[in-house]
Amino acid sequence: MSFVALVRRDLRLALRQGTDAFVSLLFFVLVLVLVPLAIGPEPQLLARVAPGLIWIAALLSVLLSLERMFQSEYEDGSLDQLALSGIPFALIVAAKVAAQWLTTGLPLLLAGPVLAAMLALPSHAQGVLLASLALGTPTLSLVGAIGAALVVGARRGGVLLALLVLPLYVPVLIFAAGAIDAAAAGLPARPHLLLLGGCLALSLPLAPLAAAAALKDALR
Amino acid sequence: MTAPRLAGRHLACRRGGRLVFRDLDLDLAPGEVLVLTGPNGAGKSSLLRLLAGLTPPEAGSLTLDGAPAERGGLAQTVALLGHETAIKSVLTVGEQIGAGGCGRDAALQAFDLLKLRDTPGRLLSAGQKRRAALARVLASGRAIWLLDEPTLGLDASSQALLMTAIEGQRARGGSVVVATHAPLDLATSRELRLGA
Repeated sequence: MSFVALVRRDLRLALRQGTDAFVSLLFFVLVLVLVPLAIGPEPQLLARVAPGLIWIAALLSVLLSLERMFQSEYEDGSLDQLALSGIPFALIVAAKVAAQWLTTGLPLLLAGPVLAAMLALPSHAQGVLLASLALGTPTLSLVGAIGAALVVGARRGGVLLALLVLPLYVPVLIFAAGAIDAAAAGLPARPHLLLLGGCLALSLPLAPLAAAAALKDALR
Repeated sequence: MTAPRLAGRHLACRRGGRLVFRDLDLDLAPGEVLVLTGPNGAGKSSLLRLLAGLTPPEAGSLTLDGAPAERGGLAQTVALLGHETAIKSVLTVGEQIGAGGCGRDAALQAFDLLKLRDTPGRLLSAGQKRRAALARVLASGRAIWLLDEPTLGLDASSQALLMTAIEGQRARGGSVVVATHAPLDLATSRELRLGA
């Protein structure tokens, strides 16, 4: 089995299971639809809180999908079979992260601009919103994979996972919301986006290695 | 295909702080079937996981043809049937068994699963799941099979198919380690009793 075959297998699993893949998107949409109902329809107020709210919703909805990333594979013995497939563990993690991002991160990226428009985010900040989601959501998936691998086999892993991963998500939250805020205020968003890109560049090679080490330990 | 000689010297295994076995010597020649027996908790499954390279031995050494066996090397050589069958409920039997092509169909045929090739895993019975997992082991084409309770849930005719598959693996020069409580109907096999 190769990297591509592994991604395809995971996508097939996610799409056939259906609900799992769409829960994250549904959560994201519902939270942001409820916001104007709770704080009122005033455009200035909504535009002011939109960047932060969009990113908090994105962060929590990615978190929702993380627990099942390795847990179901561990429970039904598939993790053993993957370990014996001859593919390096880090590559297995990378494939699972890729599939996870395609089924949760990408839908958020596509839904983001529509929901932002609904929250009266100025149209000139839409490009930066897309850029922040494109750079930020893969980082969330990568960093989340470390947490998901660490809680494999633990009871009530979901709570533990949130406690482990949320602090690591803080830089992404700050830089991403900061970028959109800056763009909405007519300031340059480039420094924030560069920092966000830096987070991605750092987690892209390191997160699979860290998650692989955690998984190897879980198999013992 | 000739299986590499798998040998373990003074192996010890620890699970959850408890020493399951120690000073275990083991030799698996090409074309050989080794049957692991012993009471529950004697360490049969632990030994299989150790031989698969999934758990490192607490002490002792494991060699493949005389060279130290690394996790990566073992992962290319062994196929494991564990307690859990790793059959996904939403994928069809055919999708879960190795690569496509005639090797897969032959493996399905060997375990009488051709009719179930397009059936999703959730509709399989426990015995059918185990047969599918066995077909995956066969389709993997690996030289060493490690089977943990392979007869669990199998009816008499399926057990006969399993024996045929094990004899076939032996005839190809491969080797098999079976952990079981059930008597196996094999021409020749060597027994290693754990926890005695």
